[in-house]
Order: sequence, then structure tokens, then C-alpha cells
Amino acid sequence: MTSFAKPHINLKHAKRNALGLTRHDYEGAMSTLCAGCGHDSVTACMAKAFFELSIEPHRAVKISGIGCSSKTTAYFLSESHGNNTVHGRMPSVATGAAAANAGLTYIGVSGDGDSLSIGMGQFAHAIRRNVNMLYMLENNGVYGLTKGQFSASADIGSKSKKGEVNLSPPIDPVTLALSLGATFVARAFSGDREQLVPLIKAGLKHNGFGLIDVISPCVSFNDHVGSTKSYAHTYKYYHPAVHADYVPMSEEIKTSYAAGEAVPVELHDGGSIVLRKLDEDYDPRDRGAAYAQIAERDAKGEIVTGLLYIDESREDMAAMNKLTSRPLNTFPYDELCPGSDALTALQKGFR
Amino acid sequence: MNAPDGWKHKEGVPPTNTADPDYFHKVVDCQWACPAHTPVPAYIRLIAQGRFSDAYILNRESNVFPGILGRVCDRPCEPACRRDRVEDEPVAICRLKRVAADHKDDITDRLPKKPDKMNGKRIALIGAGPASFTVANDLAPLGYECTIFERFDVPGGLMRTNIPAFRLPEKVLAEELGYILDMGVDLRLNTPVSSMKALLAEGYDAIFVGTGAPKGKELNLPGRKEGGANIHIGIDWLESVAFEHTKSIGKKVLIIGVGNTAMDCCRTSLRLGARDVKVMARKPRSFFKASPWELEDAEAENVEIIVNHSPKSFVVEKGTLVGMVFDKMEYQLDEKGAIIGQSIIGEEMIPCDDVILAIGQENAFEWIERDAGLEFGKWDMPVVDEMTFQSTVPNVFFGGDAAFGPKNIIWAVEHGHQAAISIHQFCKERMVTGRLSNEVRLSSTKMGMFEWRYSNSFDGAERRVMPHVELAKRFKDLDVEVELGFTPEQTATEVQRCLNCDVQTVFDAPLCTECDACIDICPVDCLTITPNADEPTLRQRLETPAVNTEQALFVSEALPLTERVMIKDENICLHCGLCAERCPTAAWDMQESEIIIHHVEDMVTGAAK
Repeated sequence: MTSFAKPHINLKHAKRNALGLTRHDYEGAMSTLCAGCGHDSVTACMAKAFFELSIEPHRAVKISGIGCSSKTTAYFLSESHGNNTVHGRMPSVATGAAAANAGLTYIGVSGDGDSLSIGMGQFAHAIRRNVNMLYMLENNGVYGLTKGQFSASADIGSKSKKGEVNLSPPIDPVTLALSLGATFVARAFSGDREQLVPLIKAGLKHNGFGLIDVISPCVSFNDHVGSTKSYAHTYKYYHPAVHADYVPMSEEIKTSYAAGEAVPVELHDGGSIVLRKLDEDYDPRDRGAAYAQIAERDAKGEIVTGLLYIDESREDMAAMNKLTSRPLNTFPYDELCPGSDALTALQKGFR
Repeated sequence: MNAPDGWKHKEGVPPTNTADPDYFHKVVDCQWACPAHTPVPAYIRLIAQGRFSDAYILNRESNVFPGILGRVCDRPCEPACRRDRVEDEPVAICRLKRVAADHKDDITDRLPKKPDKMNGKRIALIGAGPASFTVANDLAPLGYECTIFERFDVPGGLMRTNIPAFRLPEKVLAEELGYILDMGVDLRLNTPVSSMKALLAEGYDAIFVGTGAPKGKELNLPGRKEGGANIHIGIDWLESVAFEHTKSIGKKVLIIGVGNTAMDCCRTSLRLGARDVKVMARKPRSFFKASPWELEDAEAENVEIIVNHSPKSFVVEKGTLVGMVFDKMEYQLDEKGAIIGQSIIGEEMIPCDDVILAIGQENAFEWIERDAGLEFGKWDMPVVDEMTFQSTVPNVFFGGDAAFGPKNIIWAVEHGHQAAISIHQFCKERMVTGRLSNEVRLSSTKMGMFEWRYSNSFDGAERRVMPHVELAKRFKDLDVEVELGFTPEQTATEVQRCLNCDVQTVFDAPLCTECDACIDICPVDCLTITPNADEPTLRQRLETPAVNTEQALFVSEALPLTERVMIKDENICLHCGLCAERCPTAAWDMQESEIIIHHVEDMVTGAAK
């Protein structure tokens, strides 16, 4: 909490994007999270990504569930659509919204509790359906709002603030998503915005379900010695493997990437994601190999980050289900709801 | 395994030395720009609390004449104000200073007094202007017997003779000079010093020359002699008006020159009966020497300013001045606005009844015999040391416009402070160059959770506009003060515009957990954590690149977790304290910096070197 709102200043030399907006136009209400919370950094990165992509705020939709992370939708894009849903039910609402209006940009914000415990089933099926959205999973390994119980992502051996040791194995959203057929899987850290902002941009532009599992330390209940989700631990074992940059169609891919190192992946919108391998033997385009490598490194305690897997070839939910690309709210009412006679005729066809 | 190796650049910019008093001093742009280093944000906070007397006394310690300077200072602080760089217009610092002076209580019992016992040293001060009065202000309370010699029958120097009463009321001047005279200073009016040699022979321990630059520059063009009766030298004319020797002027007046004296001349002309006053400038507006606010005030009184007219001759018919001929100029400017070429594109005769020449001032040292022992250098100016103000005769010191040519009042005050130190050192038979180094004292402003003992919230209000006396009323008398002073509401708003740049963002690197909270909350993006590199590279790494290289870039020690560094652009930081509010480990703190600039009294009480 802070004593006053972040002031709006007409900075003389503020940067403006293609829409003429400043980054301030992509911010929201003042955060009420604890000072130093990783989630605030993630929020700032999301605002920055939307700003840099010049997405009109009113063409974006923020959806979240319950938890510290889910509160953060209030802290960015104050001019966009938003829905705080029931605990763990964000994916269903996002799925419905994406079906009804494919023209908007969807970002879901959730946490390890919301996604991996109460909302695990919803999370899994949104991935299977390949809903065209970016799913931000702000992962801190604890239930912060209820004062620091272990969550489903807590590592074996990780200690709580009071010294209790976690014995249950963790659910890793990254390998889980890979096994469910996800088409964009990334892991990041709230402390590295150089990596996170480009990842969010790439995820927003990816066609289909994008997951970014962000290690986002809880300063109040999980930032002590013995925690495997603290700032100190994450910085220590942090290992970026693949850097991803979104390059819009209008820009040529920079030649500054060394040949052989940069791999462009073409997107549906004509732009590309340029992958820069920081680990030579890691290939983010091979699901099986990626899975094996991540599992192996996770077991060693290494925190592998970056765009760990990408597949632009799969159809998203709308294409698979032949949904209309025209937003339902633009149909005349008669067309949208043709009446009971039309329903009867339709039902007859199934008899 | 460890954090990415690329983050650990051992090479790069060394950690900023914030213990150097100049570092934090420079962050307080207004104080840094003020020749006398007035602690502006500190006194503005006192005004905000309604502590006008305290604000006045704090001001007075550095600039001696808050009431005078609150009206007529050249305000080097305002163009330097951070607010101007961040948003739009600077804080009305000068106007707030006047608020303190106008609304203070009787402060006479808080002023330094003549000591019971004098120290036996006699100082002669020549010229009763701001420089001499500052020297007397600093030395008299220490027991020096100060005698000021003044050629006129009133003190004040150019503050009295050249600044019209409608800008600086006589009452204000008399009050602030009176405070110093009350310290037991002997003011001898109508006592011009006509011989340095004679004065030296009188056996004073030290002599201070504060005689200003009292000679107006001449413009010798055809017709100057013939039309002489109606051609006036600006500062002499203003002086003659001040002493009521001149009470009228023609209907049509041309002012030659476009500095602040020209502005005083044109506005004074209007008060003596002129109806059509034109200020003639040789160059375009961007080259004007007058302060923008003085130009504005003159134009508000319907003075016409005509650019690109270079004086050619005076037109005299039947022994009377009837006009002036000007060459009409055209200038070629480069991208930066500097003149790279000029041509005459025509000629114009502008009719007038009087001409006032306001094209500059010069020093006049006819009274210093060239065999008095003082060495004279370039432009026939006495050789004076820039730090000690000592001349080549060890017990003769100079200050104000007399030292290095025309500057302004606030510079004269600073010269006075420095000369006072030198005189004291000289009289104590110490090295004249001996000075105490500046110091900085820091104290945390944290009061509790999200509570600071300064108003840290950013106030987006626009600069308040000084209310003026109506045009119709202001020309009746010569001494109707045009500026009315801020209303209480204006004062209350204007004080909140100050960004409190003296409340410094102090960073303690070992405490930082690199959570980025400060970076995310900063409303102007002036912070980031990044691998160290050379300074130009670091400056580009900020979200809003730190392009103003005149302002410092703070670079921390290597941070404990990743060995990256915290960097901060001092240019646009609002000192809003949000970084410190958000910091979970108090690695950032908002600390009030008191920049200690020593005056001569500290040489006595402190450890004099």
C-alpha cells in the first residue's frame, strides 16, 4: 500500500507509441500488494508489452481468478475490458469470451494456487483447446493471501517461513503444459524484464494458447533462506536458455543476430518471433527434446527460462471449431437468435 | 551454477561518490545555480508551513537581501529548476522569496548584532551597494569596525539609483540596508572617495572596493552632439529620475538596447509622460539580454519592441532631435540559432523626441591613481583574484560589478561573502586563500509507513501568475509597485510545486534484493538495474534514456545477488519518494540534504584553516 497514487505527469519527453499513447496510458490503479512483490514487476512488464505493441487498451481483455496475482489485473490497462472470475475459473470465462469475439487480445492472469490447485482442470482444458490467449501464471510457491501455506508448485525440500519442510512433489506448469500439447510455453522471472517483456509480446502475438510461467517471489512469505522461490535462490540458479523477440511484419529482422544463432518463427499476423539460443544444444521447436531437457535440468535445481517451446503450426480453438471471426455483438439480433422456428428446424436435422 | 555471467561486468562506471558534497548539491539545481547557494527547497518548505520569519532568516544567511532579491533578482535558479525540465514551467522561486519577506514578523532580534567588544580592525568599504553591505553584514558582527563611503546622499548603489521604485519600493530597500547599518556600521553619505592613495594613507586594515560599474556606454553616431539635449545615457537618466532631477520626457521615446536596463528605461519613460515608447533591438528576439519576465512586463505596458534595427544616426533639425535612422538588418542563422551572416536590407527613419541609450555599462576607476600600487590588466580593469577577490595590493579587495564587470545583485552578494572571508583571513594574518570545504549533512525524512516529513506527492498545478496593478493605475506615480505579491491561495499552490530536490534518494546497495519494485513504481522511469558498462551505454539502458549529460547518472556499487548495478538519472527524478515507499528492505531512503556553505562567521567559530 502506498500513501498516494502514482502521479500522472506530462513528461516533456515521454516516449509515445504508434497510437500516440505513453506508457502511463497503459497503467492502472495503484497496487495494494506488498512492497517488493514480484507480481508488481510482472504487471509493469505486461503494461510495457501492450504499450510497445501499440495495442489499443479498449481492444484488450484481462481475465483473472482469485489470489494475489489475480488482483493485479486492476493495476494495468485501466481502459480495457476485465473480469475477475471465480477461483480457478478464469480459463472458462476466457474461452467463452474468445469464442464470442475473436478480434480482441486476451490476457489471463493467474497464480500457482488458482491454476495448479483449484483451477487445474480448467487450466488443462484451455491448453488442450488451444484458446487464443496469453496465460500469465505468476508462480511464487505459496498461498500469500492466506499467509504462506505451501502451494502445489512448492519444491520438495523448500522451507516455509516458519521452517516447515515441503514433502509433496511440485506440479511444474511448464512440463505439464508441454504434455498437454501447448503451443507456446515459456518460463520467466519477474527480476528479468529484459527477458520477460519480449516474451509477453511474443505470447500475445502467438496464435493459440501461450503460457508464461513467471517465477514471481512473495516478499512476505517466501523470500527467506531455504525457499526455492526467493529472489536470492532464483537469481542464483537462474538460467536463460532461449531469448525470444517479437518482430512485427513492418520491421525487418535485425541483422545484429549472429548467423546460425537466430531462428525466426513466422507468425499468423506476418510478424515473427526471433529465437536466440543461449544454450546451443537446446531446440525450442522439438517438443520431446524440450521436455526431456527441462525435466533433467529441473531435477538438478537449475531454473531454465526463456521461450522453451513454440509451435505455430497448430490450429487454435476458433479454427478447430470453425467459429466465426466476426464478433457476436456485431450480428443483428434476428441473425444471432433466429427464433424458435429455426431452432426446431435445426433440431429436426439431428433426429 | 549462478546468475547469467553476462550480468557481471566488473568493468564499467565506478560507484558514484555521494559523499562528495558537490554531488547532492548539484542535484538541488536551484541551489547549485544560485551564486550565493540559497537553500531554496528548504525555505519553500518553511513558507509552506507559514513560517515566514524562519524562511526569511534562512534566506538571509545566504543572500542577505531576501526582500530586495524577491523582487528584482536575476533568478538564475529558475531556468535551472527541475520542474522546467520535467514538465513545463519552473517554480516561481523568486516570488516565493518575496512572500517570506513580505509576511515575516519583526525579525530584528534574530539578526547578528554588534559585539560588545570590537576586535580593533578597521575596514573601509567604498560604495554603498550590495557588495559592500554584504561584507559589512558578515564582518561587523565579528567585531570589525566597518565604514562605508558613499558619494550620494542615500545608500543602495544601483539598487537605489537604477532600479525604479515601481519594481523595488524604497521602503524595502531601506529596511534591509537598515538591518546591516544597525550592526554598528558607519555609513558616510555624500563622501565620494576621490583618491585611493589618500584612503590607503588613512591606515585602514583592509579596503573593499564595491563601486559597481557606474558608467553607461556611449553611442557615438552622427548627430550625437547636436541632439545631445534629448539623448540620455540610460543609467544616468534613471539615476536622475530616482533623485527627482528629471521629471518628464518627450511623448515619443526610443530606447536603444534590449537588456534589463532598457526595460527599466522604457517603463520609467511611460511614467514620466511618454506615450509612444519603442525599444530598438539590433538582433532578433532570441538574442535579447533582458530577462524574459522583464520583457513580458514591458510589453504588457504596451512598449513596442522592434527587432533587426541597427542604429545609424541621430536626426537633428533646427537644433532639436526629431528621430533616428536605422539600418534594417537581416540575419542568417545556423541550426543552433547562431548568427552566421548578416546583411543590410534597407534604412528607416523613426521619429522621436528623446533617445535613451541602454547598451551596457562600464567600470570607472578614475579615482584609483595608477601609481597607487594596484596592477591593472585587460580592459583597464584592476587585477583581482577570482577566488579571494584580493587585488595586487594585499589589503585591497574588490567585489560586485567593480571586480569583474557588470553582473547582478546576487553575484555581488556572493562576492561580498567571499571577500569577507579573505579580509578576515588577511586581518588574522592567515593565508587569504584559506576556506572551509563545503559539507553535506543527510538526515532521513522517514516518519513511519508511507509517511515522510516532506510533502512528497507530486502536484501537477501550473505556475501561478503574479497579479499586477491595473494598467490604468500604475502610471500615476513613479513609485506604485506594479507587482502585488502572491495571494495566500497562490502561495499555497506554488509552494507545492516545488519538488523538494534537496530530499535526496539515498541508495544502500547491500540491502537491495533486486525485486525491481522501485523501477516499476517510478513515475518517470529514471531507475533501472543493469549490468555495469561505460556511461553512455548505461544512459541508454533507462526506459527514458538519460540524454541530458549535464545531469549526473548515479551508479551504485555492485548489487549483492547478481553484481549488476542500480542506476538513476538525476535529471528527471521528481523526488516523490515512491521508490523508497515501495522498497521492501529500505535500500532506498529519502534523506534531506543540508548543503553547508561556510561564511566568515564559521571561520571564527569552526576550525579555521
